[in-house]
Amino acid sequence: MADLRNDFLGIKSPNPFWLASAPPTDRETNVVRAYKAGWGGVVWKTLGEEPHVVNVNGPRYGAIHSNDRQLIGFNNIELISDRPLEVNLREIKKVKREWPDRALVVSLMVPVTEESWKTIVPLVEETGADGIELNFGCPHGMSERGMGSSIGQDPEYIENIARWCKQSTSMPVIVKLTPNITDIRQPALAALKGGADGVALINTINSIIGIDLDTMSPNPNIDGQGSHGGYCGPAVKPIALNMVAEIARNADTAALPISGIGGVSTWRDAVEFMTLGAGNVQVCTAAMTYGFKIVEELIDGMSDWMDDKGYTTTDDFMGAAVKNVVDWKYLNMNYVVKAVIDQDKCIKCGRCHIVCEDTSHQAITLERNGERYFEVKDDECVGCNLCASVCPVEGCIDMVQLTGGIDPRTNQPVSTEYANWTTHSNNPNAV
Amino acid sequence: MANNSTASDISTHRLEQHEYENNFSDIHPLLDGYQASVEASRCYFCHDAPCVVACPTSIDIPLFIRQIASTNNTGAAKTIFQQNIMGGMCARVCPTETLCEEVCVRNEAGGKPVKIGFLQRFATDGYMETGDHPFQRASSTGKKVAVVGAGPAGMACAHRLSALGHDITIFEGRAKSGGLNEYGIASYKAVDDFAQKEIDFILSIGGIELKTGSYLGQGLDLDTLRSDYDAVFLGLGQGGSNNLRLDGEDTDGVINAIDYIAQLRQADDLSQLSVGRRIIVIGGGMTAIDVAVQTKLLGAEEVTIVYRRGISQMGASKYEQDLAQTNGVNIVYWAMPVELVEQDGRIGVVRFERTSLDNDGKLNSTGDGFDLASDMVFKAIGQVFLSDVFAKNQAPELTRGRIRVDDNRQTSLGDVWAGGDCIDGGDDLTVAAVEDGKVAAMAIDKFLTSGEV
Ligand SMILES: Cc1cc2nc3c(=O)[nH]c(=O)nc-3n(C[C@H](O)[C@H](O)[C@H](O)COP(=O)(O)OP(=O)(O)OC[C@H]3O[C@@H](n4cnc5c(N)ncnc54)[C@H](O)[C@@H]3O)c2cc1C
Ligand SMILES: Cc1cc2nc3c(=O)[nH]c(=O)nc-3n(C[C@H](O)[C@H](O)[C@H](O)COP(=O)(O)O)c2cc1C
Ligand code: SF4
Repeated sequence: MADLRNDFLGIKSPNPFWLASAPPTDRETNVVRAYKAGWGGVVWKTLGEEPHVVNVNGPRYGAIHSNDRQLIGFNNIELISDRPLEVNLREIKKVKREWPDRALVVSLMVPVTEESWKTIVPLVEETGADGIELNFGCPHGMSERGMGSSIGQDPEYIENIARWCKQSTSMPVIVKLTPNITDIRQPALAALKGGADGVALINTINSIIGIDLDTMSPNPNIDGQGSHGGYCGPAVKPIALNMVAEIARNADTAALPISGIGGVSTWRDAVEFMTLGAGNVQVCTAAMTYGFKIVEELIDGMSDWMDDKGYTTTDDFMGAAVKNVVDWKYLNMNYVVKAVIDQDKCIKCGRCHIVCEDTSHQAITLERNGERYFEVKDDECVGCNLCASVCPVEGCIDMVQLTGGIDPRTNQPVSTEYANWTTHSNNPNAV
Repeated sequence: MANNSTASDISTHRLEQHEYENNFSDIHPLLDGYQASVEASRCYFCHDAPCVVACPTSIDIPLFIRQIASTNNTGAAKTIFQQNIMGGMCARVCPTETLCEEVCVRNEAGGKPVKIGFLQRFATDGYMETGDHPFQRASSTGKKVAVVGAGPAGMACAHRLSALGHDITIFEGRAKSGGLNEYGIASYKAVDDFAQKEIDFILSIGGIELKTGSYLGQGLDLDTLRSDYDAVFLGLGQGGSNNLRLDGEDTDGVINAIDYIAQLRQADDLSQLSVGRRIIVIGGGMTAIDVAVQTKLLGAEEVTIVYRRGISQMGASKYEQDLAQTNGVNIVYWAMPVELVEQDGRIGVVRFERTSLDNDGKLNSTGDGFDLASDMVFKAIGQVFLSDVFAKNQAPELTRGRIRVDDNRQTSLGDVWAGGDCIDGGDDLTVAAVEDGKVAAMAIDKFLTSGEV
């Protein structure tokens, strides 16, 4: 059986599955339930200064569903902890004492003054917590008050605050990044310069989840009005994966440990984050959708997969995909594929035909001898993968590599040599 | 398998009142919004979809399902009604397992077709609930068309012609309109007086005058209609039933299935309807299944369908045969009645001989047979078109006993069109009748507005 034990910045946990700072980690009751369910660690719901914030009394969540009501995307306008600081600190201390083997990191958000940070950090250290996470992420509410994502969008603030925190504690300091920024490497670099031990990403994406067409109010509807909120859940995973990869493959930031967050719902999602360099993962929406029990599937699935692959510890696959994420210009232009439709699996829905016909390269037939028959015309197919993407039958359409001969579309011989854009004849800047 | 005949047993009130209600309730209840959404999301929105080709009225099925999936129910209903104004009834009675759903690609991917009929009903019922009508009449053409018969064919024709701006008079022989929707379809397929609600819905377009109790051939004749109107459409259905051609067919207890079904459909209180304890149904089509299942549901103890050919030749689909069997109806194949034996002035026993096909595909008796005791015998061996409705008038030509029409449903008389069960070569389905009515209406419109046929 695979060893899932995790060490992130020296913080130990029995598995790499942490709950992200959010309602699931808002209080002792929740966190204890999470630990009992098997979660390796938690990042406590973000603490701020007194007087503590208050939340709206109307709805604070909105969702996007599939037709069968699977939750695809989730958004919220919740603020940071709305409970007294002192109560939170007391509970944190108690929980950590009672659950010494689990990770307990405390998330913080206070105004951009040295004094604010240097006051709160020692209070946390006193609880015996394992570390702090600086919440520079919330894109709603707190950002209007000069905190959250408005800090995360300014590398100078990030660097300064990280430095102040490092100066006031021996605990590991994690900077939680906002995705609401053009180049995620800049804030990561700033965190590194400020001395942060690691980064966590992503926090939520600024969003309006939808409009109620009867009331003309954004959702969630607070008395006829709504505000932009933070978007998360399965829909954001691709964005999060890319941001994690950007940090992991950039020479200046490659050394930064990463806690991967954003849409993790299954063990497979978690593994994907870790192959792109995340040291562990944090989960919020999936827990808020199904409850804490999902951790059993996360643990079990990752463990079975590792056994299958012969990995004994998570270090064996951590970062394994990073080297394969490259800039477009380094992709092999001599890798030629053609779509191939497995006629035994084809159910003749015709979607591959119509999408290729209408929106791609007119490379799939509609009929043969008067019967519906879908077959790829190799002399037109550019191998774009659209047909395979829309085909409702898994494994029916494959992209098959041409390893020699002539590409009937270009009439050029297929070369087995690697050649990329940097040397391509159409590239004005070819070297 | 001879069973001993006992005294004839026919009675009312075989069941408790709640059992009648239960037995004759909606066979497939309406989907709720969530079920419809999930089912709609199973549709792949096929290109040039096979289901559309399989639908006799060519409803754009992928489009209306996508409209349901995006909560545009009004749009979905309009997509359906555009092609089939009786989309509501068709959703209930079409043998989808041999039409649209048979060719759904989901049979391959996932083993079950998208439930197109259920989704169609979801859309049409939802729309009809609003009381709106989806179409507006075009400006008046001043032309008048007579439609004879207010069944699916006649109603569909009248509706389309009215939408195109013509003024329509429907002459219907019976007291109620709807044709077999009202008098024939199995009750559990169209509960809550749906047939009449649908007629009201169709008439709400305006421009259609409905005259019930006006029977062509009785004080109303084709020559007069042709001279009083610019065109005539005949949607007469098939008024007569085939006979067994045995002695004693007029014996008490030997009944035309469709007559009994009509009585059942019109009964205010099913417990008042007499039904035998032991029922024999002779035939193999939809009517045979319907009378068998419904007598069983009325409390008959033994119901046996006897069909002279095999399972695969049966007119009723596999789904219908299964429905009969799950309701406890026994089906005997390869046997035909040879004698109706009267007992105490009523039918008592039916004598059957076994059949087989010879090398030329001809049906023969094998010589051996069996007797079945019975309190009621239902004849369900097909209906016939009653051509005496034309009396001495100039009549359209017939083929195989039904009215001959061309692709536009035009008869041999240049100003007379026909459709539904009364024409030769039809499918004898509600949806086919609707299509006939629609196609004829388009042709009549062309004839009236441009003089072209
Ligand atoms: C028992 C039974 C069950 C069936 N079940 C199904 C089913 O589940 N699904 C399905 O798709 N199909 C079913 N069918 C077939 C379907 O009902 C018919 O195909 C369809 O009703 C034909 O429509 P129509 O308009 O041609 O004729 P009809 O529905 O028969 O309508 C003809 C109308 O014309 C009127 N009429 C007749 N003669 C005259 C006259 N001389 N003057 C004035 N009016 C006249 C009649 O009173 C009637 O209203 C069933 C048929 C039967 C008998
Ligand atoms: C209701 C809600 C409240 C949240 N509150 C916080 C918070 O207080 N502090 C914080 O750092 N992140 C907060 N987040 C962001 C999550 O910790 C996490 O970064 C984000 O939801 C992405 O992960 P997911 O896709 O697994 O939900 C919140 C998210 C949600 C849904
Ligand atoms: S891979 Fe792209 S171009 Fe080729 S057949 Fe499929 S959709 Fe068409």
